[in-house]
Amino acid sequence: MKPRHAISTRIWHWVNAAALVVLFMSGLGISNAHRYLYWGDYGFDPADAWLAVMRFPNWATLPQRYNLAEARDWHSAGAWVFAVALLAMWIAMLANRHFVRDIAAPPSAWSPASVWREVGSHLRGQFGAETGAKYNTLQKLSYGLVLGVLLPLMVFTGLALSPGIEPAAPWLVEALGGRQSARSLHFIVAFALLAFFVVHLAMVLVSGPLRQIWGMIAGGREEPRGKA
Amino acid sequence: MTRVARRSLMAGIAALGAGACSKIDRFATSETGEGLFDTAEGWHREAHRILAGRQALAPEYAPEDRSPSFKGNGSLTVDGPIYREQLAEGFPDWRLAINGLVENPLRLSLDELKALPQRTQITRHDCVEGWSAIGQWTGPQLSRLLDTAKVKPEANFIVFRCADVLYGRRYYESVDMVDAYHPQTIVAHSLNGEPIPEKNGAPLRMRIERQLGYKHAKYLTAIEAVASLDDIAGGKGGFWEDIGNYQWYAGI
Repeated sequence: MKPRHAISTRIWHWVNAAALVVLFMSGLGISNAHRYLYWGDYGFDPADAWLAVMRFPNWATLPQRYNLAEARDWHSAGAWVFAVALLAMWIAMLANRHFVRDIAAPPSAWSPASVWREVGSHLRGQFGAETGAKYNTLQKLSYGLVLGVLLPLMVFTGLALSPGIEPAAPWLVEALGGRQSARSLHFIVAFALLAFFVVHLAMVLVSGPLRQIWGMIAGGREEPRGKA
Repeated sequence: MTRVARRSLMAGIAALGAGACSKIDRFATSETGEGLFDTAEGWHREAHRILAGRQALAPEYAPEDRSPSFKGNGSLTVDGPIYREQLAEGFPDWRLAINGLVENPLRLSLDELKALPQRTQITRHDCVEGWSAIGQWTGPQLSRLLDTAKVKPEANFIVFRCADVLYGRRYYESVDMVDAYHPQTIVAHSLNGEPIPEKNGAPLRMRIERQLGYKHAKYLTAIEAVASLDDIAGGKGGFWEDIGNYQWYAGI
């Protein structure tokens, strides 16, 4: 029988999860080195900052003490795993039609009214997918947003921060509004992903956590199609 | 107690169940860990070199894009009466030596450096901490000085010697021959049309525009061509590399 989750999806899910934890925690350590965010090309004076970021406590950072060099080591090693895995996942889910069949949502689903309606039914505990669909509309939208926008943005805003990349792709830094804007966006998108992670975890917890987690490891069974 | 539990939980997640936080810290400083980090960083450097090419330029800005001031960081001065006296007088006795694996060692005054053909560039300075400043730098290209000194073929690195002392150690930095001969690599004597201020490295500072700020050695006294970095200071190619294990390739 065909598993609910393809092997490529399962491998990517856990590799990506591990990479994101390493990147997020080492990123908090890097943030502690200069806790101010700016817009534009330059920025060094806290008076010009649009946000003074909190000092992240040691338990939240990697390593678990202030060490910028080691945090950068983790971050630049984790970045390879994260970016290469994301590219592989995109190739796989276009090749096995997972994206087109299960994730892509029609433009009408992105309208504020539709999103609002879906959030409402979620809050009432109705998570069922439409007949023949693997994911419900809100899942499609959030997975599409994460895979198509937020995760790629982390790669591109991250690349834009490397002075060694800029001579190859000056347009990238320009498109993001300058290096300090890229740094601010890198930070904002990282926390958007944290928000996704929290909701994702909560949804797993309320929808049969053991079955869901085991499904993402062993593959799981294709659920009977239809509105739950 | 809860703090310890939370710590272990977070670190446990980070290792995907591999163990507690002490293990992670030990991994990072183990031979395997350092080997892994070095490999990842080597790949970044190779990718940058392949994507950008050896001579690709860092972006240059218009005069109106400059930041209103230029932050000083790390060493902000050089201790001692000689530096104070030279600073007050405009560095008449400051000499820049170009030596090591060269056929024709040089000792140049500021006037001699200023008499060479100059390059002026408005570039962005990115600190490893995360901040950026934009300023206009002027000085001769390092490639011209190295050509005049006739670097021997066995030289693999260029080391920058500095006058400033931090945590009891003299500052130094190094680059490979690709960055040494890069057109934007200049020995700057001016910032925004004025002599370089004390906090920014008066009278001479390197500009290595495709790497982070700690590569841009300040208070420059000598430029040395070497075959290997192993026998210099801590052997890792720079002050922060030795003292804090910062990456030698600072283009990431």
